[in-house]
Amino acid sequence: MRKTKTAWLSLFLVLGLIAAACGDDDSAEANDDGTDTTAAADDDGGSDSLSGTLEGSGASFPDAFYQAAIVAYEEATPGVTVIYNAVGSGQGKSDFADGLTAWAGTDSLVKEDEGLDPDEFLYIPTVAAPITVSYNLSGVDELQLSPDTLGAIFNGDITSWDDEAIAADNPDVELPSTAITLAVRADGSGTTSNFTKYLEKATGTWTLGSGDTIEWPSNAQAGQRNTGVAQIIQDTDGAIGYVDLADAEALGLTYAAIGNQEGEFVVPTLEGTTAALDGAEIADDLTYDPLDAAGAEAYPIAAPTYVLVRTSYEDQATADLVIDWITFLLTDAQDLAEDELYAPLPDSLRDRALAQLDQITVG
Amino acid sequence: MTTLTPITIAERPDLTIRARGSRLDAAFRGLALAAGLVVLAVLALIAYSTVDAALPALRAAGLEFVTSDRWAPNAPDGPHLGSLAFVYGTAVVSSIALVLAVPVSVGIALFATEIAPRRLRRWITTAVDLLAAIPSVVYGLWGIAVLAPNITGVYGWMHRTFGDLPVVGALFGPASSGRSFMTAGIVLAIMIVPIITSITREVLVTVPRGEKEAALALGATRWEMIRGAVLPHSFGGTVGATMLGLGRAMGETIAVALVIGSRPQIVANLFATGDAMPAVIVNQFGESSGTFRSALIALGVFLFVLTIVVNFMGRVIVNRVQVRFRGAA
Repeated sequence: MRKTKTAWLSLFLVLGLIAAACGDDDSAEANDDGTDTTAAADDDGGSDSLSGTLEGSGASFPDAFYQAAIVAYEEATPGVTVIYNAVGSGQGKSDFADGLTAWAGTDSLVKEDEGLDPDEFLYIPTVAAPITVSYNLSGVDELQLSPDTLGAIFNGDITSWDDEAIAADNPDVELPSTAITLAVRADGSGTTSNFTKYLEKATGTWTLGSGDTIEWPSNAQAGQRNTGVAQIIQDTDGAIGYVDLADAEALGLTYAAIGNQEGEFVVPTLEGTTAALDGAEIADDLTYDPLDAAGAEAYPIAAPTYVLVRTSYEDQATADLVIDWITFLLTDAQDLAEDELYAPLPDSLRDRALAQLDQITVG
Repeated sequence: MTTLTPITIAERPDLTIRARGSRLDAAFRGLALAAGLVVLAVLALIAYSTVDAALPALRAAGLEFVTSDRWAPNAPDGPHLGSLAFVYGTAVVSSIALVLAVPVSVGIALFATEIAPRRLRRWITTAVDLLAAIPSVVYGLWGIAVLAPNITGVYGWMHRTFGDLPVVGALFGPASSGRSFMTAGIVLAIMIVPIITSITREVLVTVPRGEKEAALALGATRWEMIRGAVLPHSFGGTVGATMLGLGRAMGETIAVALVIGSRPQIVANLFATGDAMPAVIVNQFGESSGTFRSALIALGVFLFVLTIVVNFMGRVIVNRVQVRFRGAA
């Protein structure tokens, strides 16, 4: 009896030693490849090797960027696994509030009835992306839309492409009399929320309110996610809809130039989006509204997205992991953003976001 | 030579059937009872927790929840949470599915039991059962990628041909795209054919050979034999199979969500976009919170209740029909 017990004990000891040795190896490798991660690890108080799993969930809008960043991060920081499930902002916030995840992605701000105290969490802006107004109209390759015209189209007041308001925005374009089909989101969506907030803010013609779900006029067709909306636009002559830039590009959709605050017509680009972020007013909690931002270059329909982190984590290891991962998102990963067609944060905002991480405590 | 000494029951009570049996019996009874109770407990817990989660929405929306067809959680004039458009959509889509699927299923079942040559029968049954093995999301993808874009021409033709008829003409309105009640109904019909077919087939097989032979002996043709001997005998079972199909159609989520168009409205036009109860839940739950989330759960509870009512009605019909056709045997 006694003998077996000692045998087991020594086996555990050996295994433990091997594991510890492996851990050392890993951190040595990390020192070799990714200098930035070790620098970041040094920043947060001396834990020299990071390991563990960091779970997050939330918005699907930044998912492509987060997944690309996770791949790069895990390569640079062996031993750490980061998980992000694109379950939607609402579900992400509720997982985070229930303590199921260490971080969450959200396109919308936290509302009072979502079970989170304002001093429990921090907003960290990560990237932004333009929402295109894509259309499919045979014979028309270039289209300009002023905010009021856009509002009237999505309100259902303008139902035909040869309407006077559209013609007034496009004096040089010959418009067919095709009926307008609105391509909208079937699922509740932060993209819908941002797009309708823009319509509410910038136009005098939009009357249907703003939010994740809208009571669209009867000429609307709904598709699942950005891909579904893009599909409807591609399939239907006379369709117009709001799609993120990545999906619009993927299907080769044509998109309209939208009139901004200065009256300039601007096509959606990453530069135009970063310009809008520059022109936006940033609140103390780092939330900001880049919709209809000032600046002649600014593309007016830009959607921000945030990561939520806790102000206080139960143990040092998790806090270190979160800080290291978010730092990576805000620094090295920003270069990946453009490949995935997201606009990186302007430097001023990025520095404030990094500073925000200092507020994270343990206990 | 050994002598057998008889032992009495009093010496070895464990060898009696009663003694061994009663212990095993008790254990088995306990196990079976526990299994039965677990089902009831799970059902009760689901009912309790969903109703509890649905209450805030029901309180906020009040009667409007069951009387209004306006679903606008973010309307500028305050949230409107009426479920009627979804109830309507679920009813319309399930009805289309039944109208299309029942004749086909009964036809397949009759063919497989009465008409097809013996060797072909097994093939037909296997092929139909294979339909049931296809995941519903595959049906949905097929609906959205193949059926919806290609069927608009047919819808347009039906609109031109039947659109001017009085009363029923309203059903065949103009088609804007392939995403509609009709497309969802067609996809659902294909999905419920296997279940209706296989149950109907089982029922048809039970028709006593004697009755069929009696009908033939009286000079009945094969069709007369089927009408006179087979169908009455199996009517109850066919209705039951239909009700099971209806249950599946009402609850089907992802395939419907993909092809119905997701715009809640109550219109007669079968080619218009609509929405259904399970579809709106799966579409909007992810981004929902607060009262809106609660309203989606309330929709789920409502659907649960409707399915129970439909199942119950199905059972009542089956019982009544059976009594009528078999006599009080």
